[in-house]
Amino acid sequence: MTTQHITLTVNGEVREADVEPRLLLVHLIRDVFGLTGTHIGCDTSHCGACTVHVNGISAKACTMLAVQADGAAIKTIEGMADGATLHPLQQGFWDQHGLQCGFCTPGMIMQAASLLAENPDPSEAEIRVGISGNLCRCTGYVNIVKAIQQAAGEMRAAAEVPAPEAAAAAS
Amino acid sequence: MIPPQFDYVRPSTLDDALRILTEREGEAKLLAGGYSLIPLLKLRLAQPGLLIDLRDVGGLDGIRETDDWLVIGARTTHAAIEAVSSKGDRFPLLAEVAAGIGDPQVRNWGTIGGSIAHADPASDWPAALIALRADIACRSAGGERVINAREFFLDTFQTALEPTEVLIEIRIPRRPRRAGAAYEKIERKATDFSTAGSAVMVQLADDGSISKAGVGVTGVAEMPFAATDAEAALIGQRPSEDTFRVAGAAAGAQSRPVSDVRGPIKYKRAMAAEMTVRALRRATSRAMAYG
Repeated sequence: MTTQHITLTVNGEVREADVEPRLLLVHLIRDVFGLTGTHIGCDTSHCGACTVHVNGISAKACTMLAVQADGAAIKTIEGMADGATLHPLQQGFWDQHGLQCGFCTPGMIMQAASLLAENPDPSEAEIRVGISGNLCRCTGYVNIVKAIQQAAGEMRAAAEVPAPEAAAAAS
Repeated sequence: MIPPQFDYVRPSTLDDALRILTEREGEAKLLAGGYSLIPLLKLRLAQPGLLIDLRDVGGLDGIRETDDWLVIGARTTHAAIEAVSSKGDRFPLLAEVAAGIGDPQVRNWGTIGGSIAHADPASDWPAALIALRADIACRSAGGERVINAREFFLDTFQTALEPTEVLIEIRIPRRPRRAGAAYEKIERKATDFSTAGSAVMVQLADDGSISKAGVGVTGVAEMPFAATDAEAALIGQRPSEDTFRVAGAAAGAQSRPVSDVRGPIKYKRAMAAEMTVRALRRATSRAMAYG
């Protein structure tokens, strides 16, 4: 069994590993790096529970090899909060009860973040298309859509109001 | 699911990829986005000894226009094609096809070249490329070979590509005057493969009759195919509901569906016909609007 040495950044931290070429990215993230917030649902590219960002682009980590991610920047659900401050999407899912069992939530949030990066003000229909690769088997999608709408509103508002330090630097 | 063991290389030039492909002929598979190949590996339906990742090979990405062609690099993602072709409604057929493939994550990573080389019998791009009579260019150590889309898809998961060839780009003829195209498909649920899909291109003569037609149908045979009987039924006719119905029925009759979870044979033939009619309506109104 031959392994290959890979180097990548995960949530901003440089990580290295020796991996078999057949190792899936989701197994690297969970089993090698111990970041178990990324879930394995269907394991067949359908459910989106394993969604992470690879170089800023949302991907199903069960459908990518770890060696393909050599040199890439990975972001997982663990990289979303800023210390104790939840990401607006995490807060949105909390406030709007956007989950029941929570299994799909990390993938939903990562895909929603990808959607909002492309389209900061999506319609309900655009949100539903945007998360069409992520399955929730508990709740239906009503509160998930509300959670994403709340986060979209907060993120737009935050983008319009300059942060205090930025305003100070500009003056 | 754990894939079988394989070696992995990521060459930085096409020449290196071709050399390795020739050295390991028969045991190597090319990897682009991976959204077709990796599921097959996990199911162990494919057990290659070596994966050649094309990610670092330059020149395979992007869309460019020449005087005669719209050229799409083999490794261009569905999302990139959607972004370019929906801008200004320039290539509405391509935008429709790209936007309907899989789900957002699949479109972010899945590529047009990977999709057509994989040749799923219900995939979307083949129908469009057949309707538009696109050329598919591939390269081997011996040079370039061009295969028309109508000769490319041979059977389920089988194409005219040789094991030592790399698919490099797709060349779509530029839209002629008074021509329009559209894609219609029916699927059971979001992100499913098509139960039936039909891509249509029509060109109108000065007298308003249909002078050229292309109809590519997917999901209802062992591979996507050109509905030549439908095309023959359109040529010389003035666009009308009756004409579209006759052509749709011909596309349904030329289908060879199997009965499965997506429906019985009769239903699938009816859907192939209906998707063709709907695509014809939109393609024709586009052809008139473009002038």
